Amino acid sequence: MAEIIKVGMADLKVCKAPDALTTLGLGSCVGIALWDTASGVGGLSHIMLPDSTKIKNNSNIYKFADTAIDELIRQLLKLGAVRARLKAKITGGASMFAFQSLNEELQVGKMNVIAVKEKLAKERIPLIAEDTGGSKGRTIVFYPQTGKIRIRKVDCPEYDI
Amino acid sequence: MAKINLNNETEYFDVLKEVGNIGAGNASTALAQMLGKRVDVNVPMVRLLDFTEVGGAIGGEEQIMAGIYLQLDGDIKGSMMFLLSKESAKALAGELMGGFGSDESEDLTEMECSALKEIGNIITSSYLNSVSTMTGLKALPSVPSLCVDMAGAILSVPAIEFGMMCDKLLLIENKFSSGADGYLILVPDLDSYDLILSSLET
Repeated sequence: MAEIIKVGMADLKVCKAPDALTTLGLGSCVGIALWDTASGVGGLSHIMLPDSTKIKNNSNIYKFADTAIDELIRQLLKLGAVRARLKAKITGGASMFAFQSLNEELQVGKMNVIAVKEKLAKERIPLIAEDTGGSKGRTIVFYPQTGKIRIRKVDCPEYDI
Repeated sequence: MAKINLNNETEYFDVLKEVGNIGAGNASTALAQMLGKRVDVNVPMVRLLDFTEVGGAIGGEEQIMAGIYLQLDGDIKGSMMFLLSKESAKALAGELMGGFGSDESEDLTEMECSALKEIGNIITSSYLNSVSTMTGLKALPSVPSLCVDMAGAILSVPAIEFGMMCDKLLLIENKFSSGADGYLILVPDLDSYDLILSSLET
């Protein structure tokens, strides 16, 4: 039986197909899905902040884009993924409140997305698709077998990336 | 340098609970005046949550909630949020306006959204008033902003702000007698936390 494993805020999980990974109510946080189709290994990280080096209290590696991606790659390789075959899709990074979209400093969602992209580029992991920004929360289910992500928003039909 | 560690601080936790208690009392008085009827508030529950539990802390990550969010300036800087379920929000807004500007649908009308912002404004302001009275520190709230979406997504906003200083989120839960459940989240920045707590000690 295929399982759907839940990933919380500042959390990270890896699995093998046909299992899938889900994170519910993704707001300004970003969900980073990495997978290797050939080995059927995939992982999902739910990060909250862009950069661990800019914050004093940074012991929680799952919280930051840079440290969480390092850890995600490490766990995927341990489970049998091949580094050169890893691909990425990202979702989230919304501005939930109107004033957030006005003030640059408060656009944590946008900053998160930028930081994640930079980190992925640095690690040379191709970004296949993204569904980021906007003002709505997302619930996502990620299937490492195919790399498909199903996205659900309030008052919208479901769609895939 | 910050003196406190929010990850493990039961004494301060108790102080904030007490502040929450008084703030909730003030808020219910304000609400009663608006609604023209008696509103009771239970003793608030204060919970310190791990981020992984935050999304599901209020009736599940995907429950549709209304969140009213204000930023704070003055001696205490940071932000504050008042959260309630969509049904409670609709009921409370309807009660406030005596049915005016409301409709049969489950969604919130423009009038109801506006009323909700006002409710959020009053509740958070009365809470802040009690914090100010107790500490002698000023906190000026900004214009409120409203968001109706999944609980997890709304909560990500204060969670991220807490995330800049610690690995927990402090949630103050108020139950109003009208049946509406409301939640308050106060996010002072780290320096403000120190200020609040040190002014309470003396």
